[in-house]
Amino acid sequence: MTMERRTTASEPAPTAGQAPGGRVAPAVRLDGVRVRFHTKTRDVTALSEVGLDVAAGEFIAIVGPSGCGKSTLLKLVAGLLAPTAGEVRLNGERVRGPRHDIGYVFQRAALLEWRSARRNILLQAEMRGLPPAAARRRADELITMTGLDGFADAYPHELSGGMQQRVALCRALLHKPPVLLMDEPFGALDALTREQMNTELNRVRRETGPTVLLVTHSIPEACYLADRVVVMSPRPGTVTEIIEVGLPAERDYTETMERPEFREAAGRIRTLLGSVSAHH
Amino acid sequence: MSQSATDAPPGRAAAGAVRRKGPLTRAAERSWRPAALLLACSGVWWAVAAAELVEPYLIPSPAATFDVLTGKADYLWQHTWVTTYETLIGFALAAAVGVLTAVIMVYSSTVERTLYPILLIAQVVPKIAIAPLFVVWLGFGVAPKILIAVLIAFFPVVISMVTGLKAVDPEMLQLSATMGASPWQTFVKIRFPASLPYLFSGLKVAVTLAVTGAVVGEFVGANEGLGYVILQANGNLDTPMLFAGLLVMSLIGVILFALVEAAEKLLLPWHASRRDTSVTAAY
Repeated sequence: MTMERRTTASEPAPTAGQAPGGRVAPAVRLDGVRVRFHTKTRDVTALSEVGLDVAAGEFIAIVGPSGCGKSTLLKLVAGLLAPTAGEVRLNGERVRGPRHDIGYVFQRAALLEWRSARRNILLQAEMRGLPPAAARRRADELITMTGLDGFADAYPHELSGGMQQRVALCRALLHKPPVLLMDEPFGALDALTREQMNTELNRVRRETGPTVLLVTHSIPEACYLADRVVVMSPRPGTVTEIIEVGLPAERDYTETMERPEFREAAGRIRTLLGSVSAHH
Repeated sequence: MSQSATDAPPGRAAAGAVRRKGPLTRAAERSWRPAALLLACSGVWWAVAAAELVEPYLIPSPAATFDVLTGKADYLWQHTWVTTYETLIGFALAAAVGVLTAVIMVYSSTVERTLYPILLIAQVVPKIAIAPLFVVWLGFGVAPKILIAVLIAFFPVVISMVTGLKAVDPEMLQLSATMGASPWQTFVKIRFPASLPYLFSGLKVAVTLAVTGAVVGEFVGANEGLGYVILQANGNLDTPMLFAGLLVMSLIGVILFALVEAAEKLLLPWHASRRDTSVTAAY
């Protein structure tokens, strides 16, 4: 029954332009994954029978009602959490503990208050013991790419929420991770900043080309950014459907919103999430 | 019309709040109220003494106290130095041992479960009650005074440091794990610096308690230090000297507190409570 759920997922993604052939091992693979949490009062099944294949270079958005285990899914891929049952593979290797071949962005920027923007980004290099000079050059590159020029020496409390999140993104990209995991990175931003960040993420992704798993509550954000959108059911979370967005890699924000492919995908997701919550 | 009229006052208030002020202006703004209160208290003290409402041997006049402060400056200075020395050594030891204990407790739940109840019990025992015992064990030198100062100042350091080390953002630790950081790297680059604001709030309490500890030690058995000076003055009904001793003792506490606060400002310029606009207001 896992197989049936995965049929859409296991098809090679035609929109994943950067995926080398699609015949190689998927960048991320979840197979029959179940997660149960034990709390004092009860046991909670956060995820049940989740299967998902993500091709290298693909951009996947994950949407679903609150508490459906979207964040849990990312933590499984990062190895920050072990599944109760099933298997998680990252870059062809089974995940058995915290993985270092990823970049992680949380909803809160999680910056160190006592470090400037640049030094927050360079934390990634210090922890990994990367050569400092090269890391500095790479950080400056990312600072320019994300429009943080002139703010590199500012401290987190001097930056707006959007800028803090850009710093977090730069930090996640510093070591050129093959897989980027983003857990509602723009959830706390205002609508306008969010659109801006979406445009920038689309560009950054085209320029750096990692596989991306993005958890979001925003249907437009999911459709604008992703190659495929994974729609999840309420707890216990499982994959309801996977939707191909079918837009070109380079996407202008307002123009994309008008496109029939975008509207169709967004409409379908809305229906799915609506029907999903109607059952509740 | 009515819209702009209601909007205007908060707009002006905001503009006023944003205007930059010099550090001196801000210091003056902060300190004029306590200074005025202190002055008023001195005024009452002076008035009570001048009107001879109370016998002078009970409450000496400010002038008599000042005469002692200047006239017996050498004597006072010699004993002030002893008390300051005991306080500083006691405080430094309490800070070092306290931080170390907190780190071990946070990293080992076994140690925490074992040590925490014992610490609590030790804290409940009145240190003043065991002070005589330390004099019996360690003699009349500075050792028992330092020990009492350490014991009194230790607890707030441990509690604040444990709280600080535990208050670290769990997402920051997860991030650190994805960076492949070693436990030592995570401690040095994330956990320890993140705990410093908590540690400093504990150190500020500890430094004033260390003065108390040193003086208590001197009360129990000493032939030098401000505690000894006060006891002697008390025995001789030399209240001007007693008041002078009290003043100097308070001054030590205030100066040491200010020094710890200055160190905090210097070391943690990023700390939230030092900002013009607080983080909670920004959220």
